[in-house]
Amino acid sequence: MKRIYVNEEWCLGCHLCEYNCAFANSGKSDMASALKGRPIFPRIHIEGGDRVTYAVSCRHCTDPLCVKSCISGALSRDADGVIRIDRSRCVGCYTCVLVCPYGALSPGEDGVMQKCELCLRNATGEPACAAGCPNRAIVYEER
Amino acid sequence: MTGYVIIGNGAAAIGCIEGIRQIDRETPIAVISAEPYPAYCRPLISYALEGKADPANMNARPADFYEKNGCTVFYGKTAVRIDPDGHTVTLDDGAVLPYKKLCVAAGSSPFVPPMTGLDTVEHKYTFMTMDDMRALDRAVTPQSRVLIVGAGLIGLKCAEGLAERVKSITVCDLAPRVLSSILDDEGAALMQAKLEEHGITFCLGDTVAQFSKDHAVMKSGKTAAFDTLVLAVGVRANTALIREVGGTVNRGIVTDTRMQTSIPDICAAGDCAEGYDASAGSNRVLAILPNARIQGECAGVNMAGGDRVYDNAIPMNAIGFFGLHALCAGCSLAP
Ligand SMILES: Cc1cc2nc3c(=O)[nH]c(=O)nc-3n(C[C@H](O)[C@H](O)[C@H](O)COP(=O)(O)OP(=O)(O)OC[C@H]3O[C@@H](n4cnc5c(N)ncnc54)[C@H](O)[C@@H]3O)c2cc1C
Ligand code: SF4
Repeated sequence: MKRIYVNEEWCLGCHLCEYNCAFANSGKSDMASALKGRPIFPRIHIEGGDRVTYAVSCRHCTDPLCVKSCISGALSRDADGVIRIDRSRCVGCYTCVLVCPYGALSPGEDGVMQKCELCLRNATGEPACAAGCPNRAIVYEER
Repeated sequence: MTGYVIIGNGAAAIGCIEGIRQIDRETPIAVISAEPYPAYCRPLISYALEGKADPANMNARPADFYEKNGCTVFYGKTAVRIDPDGHTVTLDDGAVLPYKKLCVAAGSSPFVPPMTGLDTVEHKYTFMTMDDMRALDRAVTPQSRVLIVGAGLIGLKCAEGLAERVKSITVCDLAPRVLSSILDDEGAALMQAKLEEHGITFCLGDTVAQFSKDHAVMKSGKTAAFDTLVLAVGVRANTALIREVGGTVNRGIVTDTRMQTSIPDICAAGDCAEGYDASAGSNRVLAILPNARIQGECAGVNMAGGDRVYDNAIPMNAIGFFGLHALCAGCSLAP
């Protein structure tokens, strides 16, 4: 399966991936109306400090702890290997936040959890973070 | 053909089925389910009371799960006896099921200590099952005055679920703080304040001395009037089936790190089991859903001839009320 991989040596720490992610998942057609002047809720986060920065999002684990731990059955691993969330079932208990080794789940604007689903079902069709990374520090590929 | 038998049909049973099917796609699985429902997400019962989860949409797996996984579910049936020598399980209707490998995934039951005058209380409930939730759901009105005995996870989740639906809620507990087994004084005070913001009243470090029909007299001499009583003092692992046949039982059914009990060909998983706790370096009942699911899977893989070890479990809780969340893990308090 194609996954997102990051190369921390090339990451500029510019946070553009966070904006591209929030926009791709906003359902809006222009970036300004989707993001301007509002707090953003991306599904990818830049971690690190002064020396090194890197983007972190869901690894789509083959043996996912979040899916096993979700108290509401909201998380599942689909036949295509993508870990998806049925946001209508999530009750916002934070168990997945507790167990995910990567910090890949976080609450959205409405308090319900959200996570990277590789943009496969939004208008972008492939990961917006990788497509928009100016330094190719994020790639989407089969390994 | 003699197959696998699972006693219980909760998160641990689901894990067990999924574990078995990772190795063995063929051999039939019999699931004995005392509750007359497909496995549902037990922690959602408080959200159902609150109107945030729909009982029709609380199943743990899609509708075709059992069929797809070659399971026969005995709904509304209870396992009453295990015969380890004959490799059979007897149900309450007299049916006898032979097993090749057995998993006890029987969960826990509410523990109701003897309390003076409890028999005089007409409307009393526990809060563990879908049916408990439905009974409480039918019983309460906007005029109800609810007394909850027990300020642990289950009692407080019940309080949260009822908060907007009743006239008053009082929670009492012998412990001096809420959630005493998982939070320290500081954390507990924050949670208590949040619950109080929503009209819930507390009576802590105090215990009921005597119940009568519509009020409780506390040890301290205070009285608490109520018309609906919820007993959430604690839970006990369902260990009887294994204890009766001489298996090793402590607070739960003792297992090794492969979820094997002291009796050959019998595993245990979930709230009824006492598996290895890596933070304590010894066995402990870890009564949380993730642990039940993962122990069940480990048991299932091993029952089917695979080789799985689960030796990194730790106590952990994600708990929140009215939007205030706490995450804790490991041994939170010095012994
Ligand atoms: C209100 C509430 C809120 C909770 N919230 C959380 C939470 O936020 N996070 C968390 O991690 N955990 C939570 N839990 C705990 C979690 O629900 C349990 O850890 C989990 O359900 C354990 O799964 P299990 O399969 O071991 O047992 P159970 O889910 O209890 O399933 C066992 C089943 O076996 C059946 N059974 C018992 N004996 C027999 C028999 N002899 N024959 C046939 N069937 C039998 C029982 O009827 C039951 O249906 C909560 C629990 C409650 C009650
Ligand atoms: S926060 Fe939502 S998705 Fe995460 S474990 Fe709880 S119910 Fe499941």
